[in-house]
Amino acid sequence: MNWNETLQTSWSAVKSHTMRSLLTVLGILIGIAAVILTVGLGLGTQKDVSEQISSLGSNLLIVSPGSSTSSDGARGGFGTGTTLTRADAEALASPVSAPDIAAVAAEKSTSLVLEANGTNWTTTVTGTTESWLEVRSREVAYGEFITEEQDAEGAAVVVLGSETAEELFGTPRAVGSTVSIDGKTFEVVGVLASAGSDSSSNLDDVAIVPLSTVANQLVGGTDSRSVSTIYLQAAQASQLSAAYQEATQLLLNLHGITNADSADFSIDSQDALVSTATSVYQTLTVLLTGIAALSLLVGGIGVMNIMLVSVTERTGEIGLRKALGAPGWAIRRQFLTEAGILGLTGGLAGALLGIGAALLLPGIIGSSIVVSPVAVALSIAVAVGIGLTFGVYPATRAAKLAPIDALRSE
Amino acid sequence: MSAAGTAGSVAAADGSTPCPVIELRDARKTYRSGEIEFEALRGVDLSVHQGEYVAIMGPSGSGKSTLMHALGCLDTLSGGSYRLDGVDVEDRGDDELADIRNRKIGFVFQQFHLLPELSAWENVALPLMYARVPLAERRERAALALTKVGLGDRLENRPGELSGGQQQRVAVARALVTEPTMVLADEPTGNLDTVSTNDVLGLFDELNAQGRTIVLITHEHDVGERAQRIVWVKDGVVERDRPTARGEATAALSSGGAE
Repeated sequence: MNWNETLQTSWSAVKSHTMRSLLTVLGILIGIAAVILTVGLGLGTQKDVSEQISSLGSNLLIVSPGSSTSSDGARGGFGTGTTLTRADAEALASPVSAPDIAAVAAEKSTSLVLEANGTNWTTTVTGTTESWLEVRSREVAYGEFITEEQDAEGAAVVVLGSETAEELFGTPRAVGSTVSIDGKTFEVVGVLASAGSDSSSNLDDVAIVPLSTVANQLVGGTDSRSVSTIYLQAAQASQLSAAYQEATQLLLNLHGITNADSADFSIDSQDALVSTATSVYQTLTVLLTGIAALSLLVGGIGVMNIMLVSVTERTGEIGLRKALGAPGWAIRRQFLTEAGILGLTGGLAGALLGIGAALLLPGIIGSSIVVSPVAVALSIAVAVGIGLTFGVYPATRAAKLAPIDALRSE
Repeated sequence: MSAAGTAGSVAAADGSTPCPVIELRDARKTYRSGEIEFEALRGVDLSVHQGEYVAIMGPSGSGKSTLMHALGCLDTLSGGSYRLDGVDVEDRGDDELADIRNRKIGFVFQQFHLLPELSAWENVALPLMYARVPLAERRERAALALTKVGLGDRLENRPGELSGGQQQRVAVARALVTEPTMVLADEPTGNLDTVSTNDVLGLFDELNAQGRTIVLITHEHDVGERAQRIVWVKDGVVERDRPTARGEATAALSSGGAE
């Protein structure tokens, strides 16, 4: 009995019980589709996150305020403090003390209500300087970006995100209009080109005003000097490390901190952000894949169950084949092949379903699903493996049946 | 298809029998079920020579089924010896026994035991597959065997499309296709009506006339009388072993082609 004959025999056995085989295959199918989808979702999320993070700009270091240690030693969470100031940003921009830092943009953001022509719209108002445009790799679609002069005089001018302009004026061509922010009138001098959204915010729904204007007119109080983030840009990726050193040293000096461990700021690179975000999603993916794998296990038990039924039901056939001269291994191989076919069919159908769902679902749930060919190939191999593994016991039982016992059963 | 089988056919034609096909000596079989032991065979001696047509008869529980299983290498003996076609069958592994069954024995069962999803010729070719005969030759030989039993026009029919008598003919063709040393038929007419019974027994007569060794297990007297010799089994031993009227007539003619 060669492989071709084994395959034919097993295939006809699978075919002769269509309903039963289909239900068995369904167990494997669901498991495989689930594995492909969860792995795909994990990979897709990773891709999204790294795209979002790289959309911040290129060769960036992100300085966030930490928390200064208060007199009683309590520390707040990073990012909550007000330890970064505009003076810090200006010092970092010095080509003498930080030669590897090419550009600096400080941001001070706050959420405020914008009003134009009776339309109210709440958005993130970000105070920053001229360099922001280049550092964040953004472009102006209409009008112009805020200038150093406007910052110096604290001009009441605003550059709107494309979506913000759309919401307020019904068109991105809003240059020259006026908008009221927190009750104060601002002139729209420019509208940004669309850039999509990053992990935490819609990049097109912003209002950019000069940093000094935010500090003096919109926030005020003791917070007015602080900034929420400073973006540092190195001219080249190879200078990032040097830029990181310089920025750390400079800020420690400026803040009068001798021990780097008690720094009241943190500097992250995009790579670090990507890997942090990625590791979170990886954990999630592993967890989900584990659950999907469990469903595969259940599918495998289904295969074993059906194969045992098949062996019991076909005791007569097994006995006859043995009486006619089939050795034990030929019987074992026949039933193993049958289990393998169930696994393979489930694997292929599951892969198709998984790929199909991966194409359809992103439109519904909004996150990308990356179908990795390796994952698909592996899942199919695993499906066959599961069929074979769970087929071993039934097949061995079939092979060990004594021909007389088997023939008697009918 | 074995060399011994071919040689045997030649030997039968001239009536000489150098080595018995079946040589059973003091065959014993004991079944154990917990504390209870049951001796199904209690020392059976039996020799069947090439070209003989032997009926094994006996009431139910006599041990004739156990004897058939032992003769068919479907089960091993607890004691005694069994030589089949000069080959010692004792102490062989399952796969070796499978190989011996494949080469030396052609089975015909009461229940036909045809595989319903296979066509007539595929059923007949089944033992050839396990003998690793190439597909083209298998098909050819299966068609030849089916033609021999008068079903040359039913090669592609499935068992479900054939009458009981025709199904049993397919089974006989399957038993013949390997050119076995003997045909072992276990109540082959038990599930057939009178017409089909005569049909199948006529087929056996023909085969025997061509020199084929046939061992037939039955409990029907008129079926047993079709053989040349009847071996009566009772309580696990051979009670009587005598030629039938036909057997004596054949012996008197000393020729196998009387039919």
